[in-house]
Amino acid sequence: MRTTIITIIAFCIILIAGSAIADSTQVVSDTTIVQDSIAAQAAIEDSAENAAAAEPKPPAFRSDRVNALVFIVLFCIVILIYTRWARSGKQLFIRKINGLDEVEEAVGRATEMGKPVLFIPGLQEIDEIQTIAGISILGRVARITARYDTPLYVPVRYPMVLPAAQEVIQQSYIEEGKPDAYSRDMVCYVAGEQFAYTATVNGYMMREKPATNLFMGAFFAESLLLAETGNAAGSIQIAGTAQPEQLPFFIAACDYTLMGEELYAASAYLSREPLLLGGLKGQDWIKLLLVILILVGVLLASFDSADWFLELFKSV
Amino acid sequence: MRTTVPVIIAFLSGFIMIIAFCFREDAGILGRIEPEVLSWVTIVGGFTLLLGVVSILRVNFKAVQRKSEGWGYKLATLVSIFAMAIPAMLPTSWSSYFGNGPGSMYDWLFINLDAPMMATMFAMLAFYIASAAFRAFRARNAEATLLLVAAILVMLWRIPMGELLMKNIHPSLPGLINTYIMGGANLAVQRGIIIGAALGAAAMSLRILLGIERTYMGK
Repeated sequence: MRTTIITIIAFCIILIAGSAIADSTQVVSDTTIVQDSIAAQAAIEDSAENAAAAEPKPPAFRSDRVNALVFIVLFCIVILIYTRWARSGKQLFIRKINGLDEVEEAVGRATEMGKPVLFIPGLQEIDEIQTIAGISILGRVARITARYDTPLYVPVRYPMVLPAAQEVIQQSYIEEGKPDAYSRDMVCYVAGEQFAYTATVNGYMMREKPATNLFMGAFFAESLLLAETGNAAGSIQIAGTAQPEQLPFFIAACDYTLMGEELYAASAYLSREPLLLGGLKGQDWIKLLLVILILVGVLLASFDSADWFLELFKSV
Repeated sequence: MRTTVPVIIAFLSGFIMIIAFCFREDAGILGRIEPEVLSWVTIVGGFTLLLGVVSILRVNFKAVQRKSEGWGYKLATLVSIFAMAIPAMLPTSWSSYFGNGPGSMYDWLFINLDAPMMATMFAMLAFYIASAAFRAFRARNAEATLLLVAAILVMLWRIPMGELLMKNIHPSLPGLINTYIMGGANLAVQRGIIIGAALGAAAMSLRILLGIERTYMGK
């Protein structure tokens, strides 16, 4: 709890200090603008542009984004509270996610068949949260492949994902006590072009026939091309994405699909670490809060008195 | 040290970006942080491209050298990389075929090889959709039958001939499909997934910023 309070206080202090600094910077620049404009007006009295320049600028702090800030702080508090509960040994119930329960089975199948595991961490850059979620899952999968000595192949589309994936796999192999089994060629940069990447991965699937394909991250038009090829190659496939447009394709072509939030929950679910599970539980409470807010909004809108309520959520 | 330093960097980066989010872009240093940091990402990305090139060359060269299965494809990849890269890097003052402007070798290869191949890959999606739809729309149970009926109605509604046929049955039938299937059930489910995914993304981001989630480092 102490960490929560310190974080929030630090957050508020920085915000207030930042606001004061930004405003003072702006006052100085505004004063300069005003002085300049007075001199200009002396020279050209009828200049409308200079008069406009002398108008005060809006405040530096964006008060229209306060609601988002309040939401972030609230979210942080709930997550930290649940993390603390989890740390104290409180049992937290997390619903069963079949797709994640099958990950170990799927890797085990690859081990029995002597075939590789193909893992695709999506087709987005490392600054995309879905890619980070994919990389987190890759760490768990790499631990299993390290344990069973199963070959792992991770083709990536962006070079920035390459070192991140290599680092995560290497760490997993070290933690499983098999640093020598790791090879940096497990992760390979394939192509920056979306369909060149797809063609290469499809070719790999048809030639090598990996026993298990894991698609975890952001996917676009190539989702069905990849999943259908994997299906034709006879691989067991588990996909996870937060792109709602691609979910039907994965559901049609894969054995298991993680939908939306399940992708972000995967690393916590697979690791079973209390701290991470606490974060998931906190997320569920925020979801409950949102459901209540949606219901309140629906009721207010039904009685034509939701204007003030909608105003609370207007932002950016 | 290997864990603490990245966690501190992640926390500070995220914290600064959240603070910057609350200030206007013209509000001094705080407002300028966000575009500044994003330009750093681009610069780092430029450097990592070199890692990518080294990776693709090493893996493919090794496969060709060992004559492992499918080495011909690897050779084609290597030849393609050099065929595209070398003429594009040579100065245009040497020849009009160099550089990456109109009329250059790079331009010719892009227009006549790269673009048609990309278009071919994309066009193949139609056949993949057909095979996936065939599997997904089999009436195995009550839910699958419901899905099949909804899919047939939506597919008919999407094509002009189908819409005409529906209008002949009942003039308001296309409108009903639009309202109840696409704008009702479909949109509601999509929004549910989007809200869940957005919350999941926010929660994961906060877990990373607060140092709770370290799995992205293999921990």
